[in-house]
Amino acid sequence: MRNAFADEITALADRDPRIVLLSGDIGNRLFNDFRDRHPDRFYNVGVAEADMIGIAAGLALNGFRPVVYTIASFAVYRAYEQIRVDLCYHDLPVLIVGVGSGLGYAANGPTHHSCEDLAVLRALPNMTLLCPCDAWELRSLLGEALQLPGPAYLRIGKKGEPLVHAARLPLRIGEAFPLRTGTDVAILCAGTLMPDALHAADGLAAAGISAAVYSVHTVKPLDEALLERAFREVKLVVTIEEHSRIGGLGGAVAEWKADHPEASARLLRLGTPDAFLHHSGEQEHARIAAGLTAEAFGGAIRAALG
Amino acid sequence: MTASRDELQSIARRVRRQVLRLSHRAGTPHLGSSLSCVDLVVAMYWGGWNLDPSALSAPSGDRFILSKGHAATTLYAALALRGYFPPDWLDRYAKPGSCLGEHPSPDVPGIDVATGSLGHGLPVGVGMALANRIQGRTGRVGVLMSDGECNEGTVWEAALWAPAQRLDRLVVLIDYNQWQATGRSNEVTALAPLAAKWQSFGWNAHEVDGHDLHQLADLLASVPDGSGQPTAVIAHTVKGKGVSFMEDDNNWHYRIPSDEELRRALAELEEP
Repeated sequence: MRNAFADEITALADRDPRIVLLSGDIGNRLFNDFRDRHPDRFYNVGVAEADMIGIAAGLALNGFRPVVYTIASFAVYRAYEQIRVDLCYHDLPVLIVGVGSGLGYAANGPTHHSCEDLAVLRALPNMTLLCPCDAWELRSLLGEALQLPGPAYLRIGKKGEPLVHAARLPLRIGEAFPLRTGTDVAILCAGTLMPDALHAADGLAAAGISAAVYSVHTVKPLDEALLERAFREVKLVVTIEEHSRIGGLGGAVAEWKADHPEASARLLRLGTPDAFLHHSGEQEHARIAAGLTAEAFGGAIRAALG
Repeated sequence: MTASRDELQSIARRVRRQVLRLSHRAGTPHLGSSLSCVDLVVAMYWGGWNLDPSALSAPSGDRFILSKGHAATTLYAALALRGYFPPDWLDRYAKPGSCLGEHPSPDVPGIDVATGSLGHGLPVGVGMALANRIQGRTGRVGVLMSDGECNEGTVWEAALWAPAQRLDRLVVLIDYNQWQATGRSNEVTALAPLAAKWQSFGWNAHEVDGHDLHQLADLLASVPDGSGQPTAVIAHTVKGKGVSFMEDDNNWHYRIPSDEELRRALAELEEP
């Protein structure tokens, strides 16, 4: 997905002279094309994430649309106060792109995991949270995000993520994309676990369970119309994310459900456990260890249905 | 607008009197910190930089960030005097519902950056200076920080990057009043030698008397100085400057003046 991001942001910057790209000393040759075409609109600020957000705020106050890029954990956790004060409090149009989100950098260990980023950002006023499930959603959401009046976080994978969609598609921030219809279960997935969510739905279908699948590419603001429908129409709503069960999409939906006593369906939140994943291994192994596989999803959903 | 030597002194006295009245009337702290940077702020707004309400969007318009946001009363007094908002707004300083709070808010005309959390002003100022350069604007950016503020890591992140980008229209002013909230700033951290630190980071560092309005104005007017590097003004100041019984007494970091103390302080700051 990082290649798709680099390609798309370069094309967007060709058309929009307000876009300035800041990198936290990451993306080895990724932005060579961007730099060649727009040398005065690309800056490596070094391994200084908090400074990077401040610089982005200063640029935005002068009319630019800054895009800030680094590994998700560092983008969010290292610079959280700056995101809160410089961006959200001022409501500035800065886009934070967190690459390798969730377990995208699994092999680098927990210092590089970001399974709490949605939780901490969700509580910030004026923040928009975007979780594309593949490169096509990324490309659409990037364009949409650059029209927002305020700050946003684009949570992307790193590399090798399978495509879910066949081509570029129009997406609206705040409106989930329906991938499958179904009448027993509604699977709400935010981000790159979508292929596994779809395989889980296949498995459920084989067992006679009809599962709808939605790409909830916007975690904040929530698609409340979707939630109203889903909780009314099915027996079980399931959230899936490469993020802690605490505070991400699952947390957001649980909060919504608590506010809507008429929402009768049960809610099952699937995500990473409240624990650090100590042992090394690539993303595929880490997902197995964290219970984030199609088989695990299918088993949990069937158990919840009783 | 460049004021004469006498005018600058008179403006500084006026701002000091206003700062004292604001602290007393609203019962808000940080008086010592607000008084130590009055001359820096006055030199900024009346010493020749292009800082007035009409210059807000001009290509040559300069910008100022009070990164030590707890000195808000000094900024408000200066902005009111400079015409950014009606002086009677000051009557509502720190009152419920007022946009003039204890720390600066971008809701206030003339204030771009909400400060109050230390260490934010310089990165934002760097971003503004960078933006000016990309846009071909000649405006300068001035960031006023406290010495205690130099404890914050982001100050040094920005200090390392600005010279690498040759942001020579960026000025940092450090109100080096030798105190921070709970101790002497050279004892809490190994802050000194402060000018040498900025110089070694690639800045043109100048040590000045932070209460010499003309020296400050001259230095500000010299930016950009042709070196291609940003400027750091290490301004040696006195916390509580202008009121004899407040000077260099760190109790005045938090203490609010009584009616009698206000009267005595204002008497010291009368026009000669």
